[in-house]
Parts: sequence; structure tokens; C-alpha cells
Amino acid sequence: MHEINWLPFWLTIKLASITTFLLLLIGILLSYYLAYNRHKINTIIEALLSLPLVLPPTVLGFYLLILFNKQGLIGTLWYKIFNKQLVFHFEGLVVASVIYSLPMMVHPLTAGFRSVPKNLIEASFTLGKSRLETLIRVILPNMKASILTGIVLSFAHTVGEFGVAVMVGGNIEGETRVVSIAIYSAVESMDYKTAHIYALILFFMSFLTLLALYFLNKKWKPYDKA
Amino acid sequence: MIRLKIKKRLFGPQGEFLLDVEFETKQAEFLVIFGPSGSGKTTLLRIIAGLEKPDEGFIEVDGKIWYDSKKKINLPPQKRDVGFVFQDYALFPNMNVFENIAYGMKKKDKHKVIELLRLAKMEALKDRRPDTLSGGQKQRVALLRAIAREPKLLLLDEPLSSLDRDIATFLREEIKAFQRRYQIPTLMVSHNIEDAIRLADKILKIENGKIIASGSPREVLFSKNPSSGFILKGILLEKVFRGTDYLLSIAIGTDIVEITASKEVGETLNSGDWVQISGKFFATVREFR
Repeated sequence: MHEINWLPFWLTIKLASITTFLLLLIGILLSYYLAYNRHKINTIIEALLSLPLVLPPTVLGFYLLILFNKQGLIGTLWYKIFNKQLVFHFEGLVVASVIYSLPMMVHPLTAGFRSVPKNLIEASFTLGKSRLETLIRVILPNMKASILTGIVLSFAHTVGEFGVAVMVGGNIEGETRVVSIAIYSAVESMDYKTAHIYALILFFMSFLTLLALYFLNKKWKPYDKA
Repeated sequence: MIRLKIKKRLFGPQGEFLLDVEFETKQAEFLVIFGPSGSGKTTLLRIIAGLEKPDEGFIEVDGKIWYDSKKKINLPPQKRDVGFVFQDYALFPNMNVFENIAYGMKKKDKHKVIELLRLAKMEALKDRRPDTLSGGQKQRVALLRAIAREPKLLLLDEPLSSLDRDIATFLREEIKAFQRRYQIPTLMVSHNIEDAIRLADKILKIENGKIIASGSPREVLFSKNPSSGFILKGILLEKVFRGTDYLLSIAIGTDIVEITASKEVGETLNSGDWVQISGKFFATVREFR
């Protein structure tokens, strides 16, 4: 019986979970700012945030590699604090994934914040509630569908990344070899059976998450409007 | 109680105009700010609540300064202690009726929420979501939510304007009863003359951002010289010649009136003309409901 190495799967799920969690926090802050403030600079910020959507992942990965290595701007700082390299390590992969999947979280969340009627927020203010309490008790619960969309898209996008991961992380077993890279290696070494198994699992996993997303979105949609 | 003097430049459908308002009110008064739409009255209410900032002036409520452009004081809405009722209710869709009412309470008091619901005869609806309620029920919840936090000032922004006439009439009496019971000073914005007459202790009539009259409903709204005559204005829809005279169909408000006119008068009129009907009462007015 062919031995399947499950390590790349666990690594991928770990990477996608951590990335999505970090993105949720960053995304809520960024999107809240973008949705409720009107500055000229916002257009530039929004364009920058969408950049990972259109840039070839290798281009993004290349620049991140330059920034993250021991002589790079961010890499030097990281090395000073943690005494560890950012490139070719799991942590580097996390930072790169957060940047790469940022639009997947920020776009739905910004749309979600904008969809919450302004007078709900004003009502909460006149009822004596702070911005933070209003965010937690009124705004976020009324944009559940957008939050779910952001989570699922960020997770799926991180699972599917290849170009950025291979540039920044390389192909180190147990550290940076995620499923997409493992599939590539398997095909390269003519191990089609492993490639098939990995690819099929990934295929069904993605399909089922999207199915769940559309199902829940349909169920929650009337709430987001109200 | 309230001392207010503010100015703010506004952009209305007819271009720019200045909201320039000054007034004082007494304890627990029901003040109706009455005027056509686009006259700046909702903005005035939002300025008092702290949702919008005036260009200059001051607002003082109960001896406490909420806004003063000279002293650079501008309390946020959270610190102003108002109960604001929005025209389109603004109930939180993610909370049930009970949770909506309890949300803004300073001290969480279950019994008080139930008592308020009982007074409004809505106890049975306490677990319902807002989207399952009728317009009148939603506005009642919004009113209870504003009252539940025992505000210093109750602000009502056209609360009855999106409701059916019958429901509005009913809810109007309820608003009055709640205001009397809890003795909350109240400011209500409206373009509906029934609101002004039924609810107001005092009316501020506002047009193009300025107060053009203030006083009791009788002083502001009723004609100074009562008489048994009346004048109605309407649009002529149709005229039919009947050999010796004309039968005119005239639209007055939402009603259509048929009235005869002499040949000479009828010939001068065309459909689409504005016409005035005047008369004198000899009969008594009868209630038709």
C-alpha cells in the first residue's frame, strides 16, 4: 500500500488557519477605517490592497523574499528580535500569506461595513454605546454573511497559494512544504499517484467549503439588509 | 431647561441656506418643530443629539453645556443622554424586542422592560425579531427603547410619517400618554398638522432654516379671526354643461367634490385650473368615523 505523507496537509491547514485568524483582526480594523472614513488617501490604500489580486504571485513572492531575507528591511528587524530567519521558515510563510490574501478579507468586510444601515450605528451611539461596543454588538452581528465570506475566501486562497509560498518558503518538509508545493514536487518526480490523492482531496475540500459558504449566505442574507 | 442658539450652512433642494435657530423651553414641555420637508428641522434634531455638528452656537440642557463653539465643547452623542426615535425605527435586526429595549438602559432592569412592554400592550411580542413586526409595532418598540434609558430629552424625528393614518392616530395618543407619564421633555419634528395640534404644548414653526412663528398650537396654527365662513382650494378636473349650468368636479386634497356653477362662471374655467370655493356654514359639522 502506498504510504501517504499527511504532513503537507497539516501544515497547510495550520498555515491557512493562522493566516485567516490574523487577517480577520487586521481586516476588521482596516475595513472599518476604509468604510467609515473619506480621505483622498483611501483610494491609494484601496488600490494597494488590491494589488495582490492582479500581480503575478511570483512577482509578489520575489519582492517579499527581498524584504524578508537577512539583509532585507523586515528580515533584519525580525532577525534582531527573534534571532531567526523569516525566509524558508513557517513564520515567513504566514506573513507572506497575510499580505497575499489581504484583499480576500478586506473586500467583503468593507462591503459588509458599508451595508450596515447608518442609522443603526447612530441609534447605538444615542443609546450611550461606545464605538467599540457598537462594533461588537450592532455592526458585526449584522454583517455575518460578509464576515463568513471573508473567512472562507481567505482560507481557500491561502490553501491554494503556490507562487508566493515557493518563493518565500521554498520546499522544506514539515516547515514550508504545503500541499500545493507537495503536488508540484510529486508531479516533478513522476509520482502521479500521490499527486492525484493530494489534488483530489484539495478539490473536494474547496468545493465543500464554497458550498457551505453559499448555503449560509443565502440563509443570512435577509439579516444583513433589514 | 433647553437653551439653544445655533447656525449651520445647509444644502437643500433649492440651493444653499442657513439654519439659524434660537429658542428656550421649559420643564417637561412637548415641543413640536413644525415645517415643510427640506426646512432643516431634522438637521436641527440631529445637531441636538450630537449626530451632526453646527457651524457655531451653543446648546445647554438642564444647566449642562452639550455644545459651545466658543468654549470648544462638543459632547459626543453617547454623553448627551437623549432618547432618539428615528423615522424608519432603526431597530437592531440581530436582537429581539426585549433585547432592543434593554440595549440602551443605564441600569439593566428586566422588570422595567416588562413594565414598559405591558404599558404598550406588547408583552406577547417580547421574543420576536423586528423584521416580523408591523410598522406600528416597530415604532412602538423604538419609542420604548428611547424611553427605557430615562433620557433627559426625548427626540422624535417624524416618528409617525411612515405609518397608516389610523395607526398614526393611535400611536400619537400613546406617545402623548408616555410623555405625560414619565415627564420627559420632548422635541418632535413633523410636517403633519395633526401631530402639531394633538401633541404640542408649544410649536416652533420653521421655514428655510428660520423660526417664523412660535407659541401654543392655537396661536401658531389657527386663524386669528374665527368666522363661520370657509375657503377651500382645489384643481378643476372636469366640467360638464347641463343646459343651464355647469357641473364641476374639483379635487380638494384627496377628495373629489362635485359642485354646480352658473353658465357665466363655468365658461371662464378650464380643467387643470386652480379654483377657490368659499361658503358659509349653517349646518353643524358631523363626525364621519
